[in-house]
Amino acid sequence: MPGSGLVLGRARRERLQVGESETVGPYTLLRLERGSLDPGIPGQFFMLEAPGRVLPRPMSLCQAPPGELAFLIEPVGPGTRALCALEERDAIHVLGPLGNGFDLDVERPLLVAGGIGIAPMPYLSDALGSPPAILGFRSERHAEAAVLLTDAEVVVEPRLVTELLPEDPGDVLACGPEPMLEAIRALVPRTQLAWEAPMACGYGACYGCVVEVDGHYERLCIAGPVLREAA
Amino acid sequence: MTVPILNASGCLDALVAPEVARSLDAFVTKTVTPLPREGNPPPRIAETEHGMLNSIGLQNPGVDGFLEHHLPKLASLEVPIWVSVGGFSAGDFAQVCSALDSCDDVATVELNLSCPNVEEAPETSAELVAAARGATSKVLYAKLSPATSDVAESARAVADAGADGLSLVNTIRGLQLDADTLRPQIANGPGGYSGPALRPIALACVYACAAAVDLPIVGMGGVTCGRDALDLVSAGASAVALGTLLFSDPEAPARVRAELEAEVRRRGQGFAAGLRGAAHGSTMSRPASAE
Repeated sequence: MPGSGLVLGRARRERLQVGESETVGPYTLLRLERGSLDPGIPGQFFMLEAPGRVLPRPMSLCQAPPGELAFLIEPVGPGTRALCALEERDAIHVLGPLGNGFDLDVERPLLVAGGIGIAPMPYLSDALGSPPAILGFRSERHAEAAVLLTDAEVVVEPRLVTELLPEDPGDVLACGPEPMLEAIRALVPRTQLAWEAPMACGYGACYGCVVEVDGHYERLCIAGPVLREAA
Repeated sequence: MTVPILNASGCLDALVAPEVARSLDAFVTKTVTPLPREGNPPPRIAETEHGMLNSIGLQNPGVDGFLEHHLPKLASLEVPIWVSVGGFSAGDFAQVCSALDSCDDVATVELNLSCPNVEEAPETSAELVAAARGATSKVLYAKLSPATSDVAESARAVADAGADGLSLVNTIRGLQLDADTLRPQIANGPGGYSGPALRPIALACVYACAAAVDLPIVGMGGVTCGRDALDLVSAGASAVALGTLLFSDPEAPARVRAELEAEVRRRGQGFAAGLRGAAHGSTMSRPASAE
């Protein structure tokens, strides 16, 4: 067994080799060999070593082809740029799967994503049998990532994903920028929203990623990143 | 020689990651205060070029919640438990120490005299140690800040006040601005700076304090590998704690321990015997043992 076998729940930590990465619009689809890591439940995340940086970066799994783990990454800072610059046969430490993913026991799922929030949707869509999806992007170039999902409705700013929400949307499973998630939460009675926060560790050690839940600060890496709400 | 490997307070939740806690020679809790604390608003952390900033703000369940819900579970891990104690006055320190005094499951009390992210107690470190000393017969470690002009003087003062050991060092206050907004990245503004950038500062503090007082020292600050741990021991530390490293590598305790053993082995038996305080040459008496 590669790696030294640390087990945190179902999570393991291993050094994984980089496969052939792809450019998807402004994003990079980083492919890693899977090793003995479990791909986990859609919406769960992995901590990826960012070469040259002090802290790893949390990334939700985008695709789980046989023997691989694929992550969609937007190069927005030094850590994500280092990850996008990885080349085939490089290797990085990966810890996961971590956190709570989406509850797949839903009757009428509708996937909604904004920008890099599309990252967990392909794996989620596969798990749910390709339900309808609405994607929003800030430019046509970013919208090229829509190829990762079949048959999704796509809007580009200034249009917003909330404009396409049907009157009775069923269960909305969403990931995207905070204002988008807040807007969905205000409009939709049953939601599962995947939130984002800066994380140092991803496994409950640092208390850096707290979000307010029922008036208390909870660690998003443990309580989430998917938080469920039913009105 | 064996160098115990601990975690730095606030850098591991043993109940969420028991396997990591079991890989340590002792587990140090997040700081416990008299009353529960929600902590500081997010964002609480920011990565820097050579370290990270945090401003967690001592989020904890309070001493009653800790004793009722946390300590019994921690005890079942069968790792020696060090409880980090904090507060905003000498009375706070005394209150928490007094509550811990009768707990057999608490091996050591570490006094967090130097959190950079909350208001400081008005008393001096020595007065806080004296208050704690009066409240408990537990082994007391004083955790000192590197942000002082003469850390050796602080060490002498807390030693005189009854500290049994030193934890060196806490984080040092730093600030980072967002590249776009030029506002602090952390909600509260500054945060405690930790990681590799802190290493030479920690080493200097351990070196100065080991020469000044005859107390065991837990050295910490930016350790990433066995060689870094070796440096701290050579400067006078009797144990080494891992902080920021645990965030990126929960398997670090076993790795650092093995690397340290290899470093010592490579230098030979004679070296191992005189390792602790080796950086001081013959100018100091050997610091006391941690155990």
